[in-house]
Amino acid sequence: MTMVSPDAAFRPRQPRHPVIEFARAQPTGMAGLAFIVILFVAGVFADFVAPYDPLTLDYGAMLAPPSWEHWMGTDAFGRDVFSRIIYGARTALAVGFLASLFGSGIGAAIGVVSAYFGGRIDMAIERFMDILLSFPIIVLALAVVAVLGKFPVGGLDLNLIVAIAIPMIPKVARVVRSAALAIRGLPYIDAARAAGYHHSRIIFRHIAPNVVAPFLIMFTAFIAQAILLEASLSFLGLGVTEPTPAWGLMLSGTSQEFYSQAPWMILFPGVAISLAVFAFNLFGDALRDYLDPRFKV
Amino acid sequence: MKRTLGFLAFTAAIVGVGFGGAEAQTPKRGGILKFAVSAEPPNYDCHGATSFAFIHPVRPHYNTLLKFDEPSYPKVKGDLAQSWTVSPDGLTYTFKLKPNIKFHDGSAMTSADVKATYERIANPPTGVVSIRKAAYEDIAAIETPDPQTVVFKLKARNASMLTNFASPWDCIYSGAKLKDDPKFPEKNVMGTGPFKFVEHAAGSHWVGERFADYFEKGKPYLDGYRAIFIRNTAARVNALQAGEVLAEFRGHSPADQAKLVSAVGDKVNVHESPWICSLVVTFNAEKKPFDDARVRRALSLAIDRWQGAQALSKIALVRHVGGLLRPGFDLATSPADLVKLPGYGKDINKARAEAKKLLAEAGVKDLKFKFLNRNVPMPYTPVGVFVIDQWRQIGVIAEHEQPETKAYIGNLRSGNYEVGLDFNCDAVDDPNLQLLKYISADKSSINYGRYNDRKLDELYEKQKRELDPKKRSALLRDFEKHALTEAYTFPTIWWHRIIVNWKQIKGWHMSPSHYLNQDLQDVWLDQ
Repeated sequence: MTMVSPDAAFRPRQPRHPVIEFARAQPTGMAGLAFIVILFVAGVFADFVAPYDPLTLDYGAMLAPPSWEHWMGTDAFGRDVFSRIIYGARTALAVGFLASLFGSGIGAAIGVVSAYFGGRIDMAIERFMDILLSFPIIVLALAVVAVLGKFPVGGLDLNLIVAIAIPMIPKVARVVRSAALAIRGLPYIDAARAAGYHHSRIIFRHIAPNVVAPFLIMFTAFIAQAILLEASLSFLGLGVTEPTPAWGLMLSGTSQEFYSQAPWMILFPGVAISLAVFAFNLFGDALRDYLDPRFKV
Repeated sequence: MKRTLGFLAFTAAIVGVGFGGAEAQTPKRGGILKFAVSAEPPNYDCHGATSFAFIHPVRPHYNTLLKFDEPSYPKVKGDLAQSWTVSPDGLTYTFKLKPNIKFHDGSAMTSADVKATYERIANPPTGVVSIRKAAYEDIAAIETPDPQTVVFKLKARNASMLTNFASPWDCIYSGAKLKDDPKFPEKNVMGTGPFKFVEHAAGSHWVGERFADYFEKGKPYLDGYRAIFIRNTAARVNALQAGEVLAEFRGHSPADQAKLVSAVGDKVNVHESPWICSLVVTFNAEKKPFDDARVRRALSLAIDRWQGAQALSKIALVRHVGGLLRPGFDLATSPADLVKLPGYGKDINKARAEAKKLLAEAGVKDLKFKFLNRNVPMPYTPVGVFVIDQWRQIGVIAEHEQPETKAYIGNLRSGNYEVGLDFNCDAVDDPNLQLLKYISADKSSINYGRYNDRKLDELYEKQKRELDPKKRSALLRDFEKHALTEAYTFPTIWWHRIIVNWKQIKGWHMSPSHYLNQDLQDVWLDQ
């Protein structure tokens, strides 16, 4: 007779690494994440990855079609399109991350505070958020850019980041508030209040950690939106200026004059924007499905 | 020599294309001319304006004393003036005005209005901006012996006076309105021109309608015009291609020209001409290190104008390398002499080595500054990108800023910039006009460099009074050499004007300036 150890019979499954778990549960999201990582690496190490300096003009290679020398061709100034797309990833990701972090962070804080205090404070905040929500995103961003002007720091226009972030604030605030409202009514929050904890302690230690999931989902989704908005503003001449490599800017300027003669000038930056937005959306959706227990049923 | 002959042949050819072809057809009345303008006027005052964005929509509301005979540039003819005489000593100009001229409010235009207008230009009241004040500084007195006669008495001879009186910027205003409010023209449009002002919808359009009491009987031929503001180049070209607008009178890039001709074929006319226009780099000499001539000259030496002109002419409406005067103009520096000037040598490596040496001597390391440019894409952006790249070659970093026209001009005028890409565009080839950009700021309201240089002022004065072309040319060479050595402001590449318009537009004539021939008085539609 063979003796079986009770430990062996009831040994719990070894938890897999969260990334592997995520990859198994959400393969499309993982593909999006992989592309984001590639973009991130390319942007950070652009100096080593890009075959050419994105700013150097080459009069001998103006409007050159894609070739082994210039994989994605050159623009009207003879600048390598592939190198400019790689450096453009830096601009897109920096603006996307910072704008989304700023917009989602402020929005989440407002949402939690609004839900926790309720009453008149909640009413005032929500009506103000309604006003912001009544403006189309691009119109609100355009207005903010026009009013604030430019404030470049380290090659990035901080006012552009603020302009992109502001339209995100009410949307994040609305979602986080609804999540926080559910938590506010739970007994442990009442207990914390009865114990005499300060509002800030209850908000930051007991409510905020429980709204991280919706926050992360919104943050990820808004990176895609920020990249798109930055490209739109640059295309309209209100974002970054020449000769900075930026995807939206690559679609405007001389590209508009030469797109029929040199379609690669708009094709590749357009594909880069589409893929980046698609990757962030895939990842954001997958993250939502992964973190939200309702989607696991 | 070969290059010179080639250039002259080229110039003669394109001027022939541009200026020839006077229509023999009988003009037809009626129709609304729709044309595109790529920017909007910052205000409505001719005397304070410098941009085509002003001239194209606003000029049809006004007249000037003289104007250029459109098909026979640079010959002048009367606009409000019926005739004129110049005294033998060259100090008295007497103009007889045409009869029955009315302002759009119905009041009669007399010599008093001409006097009030020129006094406003020559001696602007406090708060009034008069850009071309220096052109009239020789006026000692303006007399009006009768309502139809105006007499200008000069302090000194001036070879450019008739050209000045034909300037398209010197709109004649109502003296009565100016008396009530010297700033009246800034916010109101009321002249004697062929078209009355109807409306200006900011960001959208500008509308003028035929002035029924216009003094030229039977003119204008058009019922009116509609200037549509389309900032985006592609949208503007698409509008032209679709026939939504019939013209854009500033100029097209070579790519736009090719696209339009390819799309609509022989339904359009292509006009070409060298352009009295250059983009110039201007330093704010009040800001360090740009108060140092070595730094400014280094930044000029770094620019390879010859290669830049050749390359940029394929993608932008710039084509010619020249000094302070338009290449090809009689009084301009010859190509042989041009290469001897600082910044014009053909050996760019040698020039850049000298530039780096100058920066080192000036104690300037890792120079970085904000470079103010205009957000009009063509040709400001390509030239801006080119210049920034040239400076990178000597380790200088320029951060590109491109605000709207109003903010751009405001920043230039107020000195709120370090280095800027300014424009020097004139209606006519004339050293007195083109060199205004370079003389001292306290003598020229279009010098945004905020410097005073008495040597330049003295040379300017001497050439202005010199009627012998050879002596004047020698003085101009001295001026040019000093200006380019000090490099307060220096030219980049001169423009080349290409206009593509629909063939039904008749009576419009090409000129080497986008400021000329825009009163639309003789324009008609063959439809």
